[in-house]
Amino acid sequence: MIHRSGVSARDGCSMLKVRSLKVNYGAISALKGVSFHVREGEIVTLLGANGAGKSTLLNTISGLLRPAAGEILLRDAPIHKLSPAQIVKRGISQVPEGRQVFSSLSVRDNLLLGAYHRARSAGKAEINEDIKLAEELFPILKERFSQSAGTLSGGEQQMLAIARSLMARPKILLLDEPSMGLAPIIVSGIFKTLKRLRGEGVTILLIEQNARAALSIADRGYVLETGRVAIDGSVEELLENKAVKRAYLGKGYKEVWE
Amino acid sequence: MPIWNPEIESLSRDDIAQLQLERLQAIVYRCYKNVAFYKKKFDEIKLGPEDVQSLADLRKLPFTTKADLRDSYPYGMFAVPLREIVRIHSSSGMTGLPAVVGYTRNDLKNWSDLCARIMFAAGVTRDDVIQIAFDYGIFTGGFGFHQGAERIGASVIPTSVGHTDRQVKIIKDYKTTALACTPAYAITIADKIEEMKIDPKSLSLRIGLFGAEPWSEATRTEIEERLLIKATDNYGLTEILGPGVAGECEARAGLHIQEDHFIAEIIDPETLENLPEGATGELVLTTLAKEGFPLIRHRTGDITSLNLKACGCGRTFARMARVFHRTDDMIIVRGVNIFPAQIEAVLRNLVGDLPEYQIVVESRESKDEVQLLVEVTESLFLDGMRALREFHQKLEKAVQTVLGIAIHLKLVEPSTIVRDGAAVKRVIDNR
Repeated sequence: MIHRSGVSARDGCSMLKVRSLKVNYGAISALKGVSFHVREGEIVTLLGANGAGKSTLLNTISGLLRPAAGEILLRDAPIHKLSPAQIVKRGISQVPEGRQVFSSLSVRDNLLLGAYHRARSAGKAEINEDIKLAEELFPILKERFSQSAGTLSGGEQQMLAIARSLMARPKILLLDEPSMGLAPIIVSGIFKTLKRLRGEGVTILLIEQNARAALSIADRGYVLETGRVAIDGSVEELLENKAVKRAYLGKGYKEVWE
Repeated sequence: MPIWNPEIESLSRDDIAQLQLERLQAIVYRCYKNVAFYKKKFDEIKLGPEDVQSLADLRKLPFTTKADLRDSYPYGMFAVPLREIVRIHSSSGMTGLPAVVGYTRNDLKNWSDLCARIMFAAGVTRDDVIQIAFDYGIFTGGFGFHQGAERIGASVIPTSVGHTDRQVKIIKDYKTTALACTPAYAITIADKIEEMKIDPKSLSLRIGLFGAEPWSEATRTEIEERLLIKATDNYGLTEILGPGVAGECEARAGLHIQEDHFIAEIIDPETLENLPEGATGELVLTTLAKEGFPLIRHRTGDITSLNLKACGCGRTFARMARVFHRTDDMIIVRGVNIFPAQIEAVLRNLVGDLPEYQIVVESRESKDEVQLLVEVTESLFLDGMRALREFHQKLEKAVQTVLGIAIHLKLVEPSTIVRDGAAVKRVIDNR
């Protein structure tokens, strides 16, 4: 067991519930009432084109944006009025779009910063143990341990960003486009690791434009269209849905409406 | 007793509400975007998908009526292009125009799963040999139960309806353990078993799944005693899905509605106001997951009530009371929907002016029979026996063709049908 969020998986129990979330940027409404949920131990993916509202949604869950209306519940407790730091403490950890590792700091220091909010409460031994677990998950990081993060490849930085988020011992991990700008083989490696994390009880909310990759590891998904959920379903249902195929699975599915 | 999909069927009421809200918002958006009928209706009352922010907001949305379905005949309310539709069924409609319902591949998969749930709740397991004696065809009964039984993994015998001798021989020889058909046909089968002098105790039958028409508790007792089975009721309608919408569990205290796929409301059919839990009124259903033929607030015309209390079986889905009545004058005989308007069309066609008529449905020896009384002019009686007989045959045949079931036509003299005040009551249902 690599990850220990401290709670055993309970079937059917909702980890995260989002209800009728509305977010505005000035006069522009980016989310027009989005509802979805993530159950404990699930990988749920939010698909959608550029501008559909995916990152807005994630940033609102993390507390970086304030909703105009609606609710976000973590284990049935509202969190949408908390600060980003409080939300991390409650157990939500975001892997931001574009990795955003601290490039001048070493890999090790990046990882330590991921445990910043519990640096005092947790003992040194506990944090060292978590670093060992991160290394086990991404062995390549161990080889780069003392290097500055800026010298890592894009894929390695993504691995570091994920490992850093896990240092917070989150109940739920939010990932924003982890495949962006990475070669397919690297993406496949990172997604295999996400699947492994899920197997170990980590709950994951995954935002992706690379629908094919996301659907290869997710349990369920929602398709966002201009700030609304247009389709929801199991991965099997989404893969069978012609509208999803047309819009997100690319070539060969361009069909004419009659 | 085990539950087919315990994770879903035993969700907490709070989680059911969450799932319903998510799916309601998505289906309202898809209907608005893809179905011209809904876009027009929403625009008329200046409502958009973003106005649905809670389950209570459903009450702001317009109803869908049988007339709406008729007006969009045949494909006007499909929410996907026809090439994404892999199956088409239809129901009988009020004026001869049926509601045409398209299913995508996902719709068929969901339909199978929902039928599997209600059939499993009725006691069907993979060890059963199930005989499906519902009509296989454009009606949804045969295919619906067939898919559900296959999903469970039972051994399915698709006998369809009719050839009762052969049905009984198969029940006996193939050792059928479960029977799915209309309650009326179950009685016909029981009669045939008796006629063939077969001891029901020698048969392997143990459960029966009956639906598609109203049937009394007395009929249930009769079927159970004569076939030595446990009989359960289930509910569905083609416009919404077919069978699989709701079904009794072994507690037989109401039919569990598959609330992850449908939102049920009860309204007063006169005022159209929503009624509280437990009140009796018209059932209104909204589909939550259908791709091909989603419906928002469809007025079913069926009279029932809802019960949200926990059920002893462990399922958390609301239960609807068994349906015995309808709001309109539609009658269901042997699983077939009959509207007086269908008969009127034939009468107008063959008689010219619309004569007075009355439809009488009776249960004779537990078989539903339809008698049609038609008042004809005296001149027709004076034309002689031969002309009268020819006319009788012609009219009876024409009505049977339109309705799709056998009826008994009785031509009577003017003013002989009993008046209810000044008017003739069109339908007398004595079942």
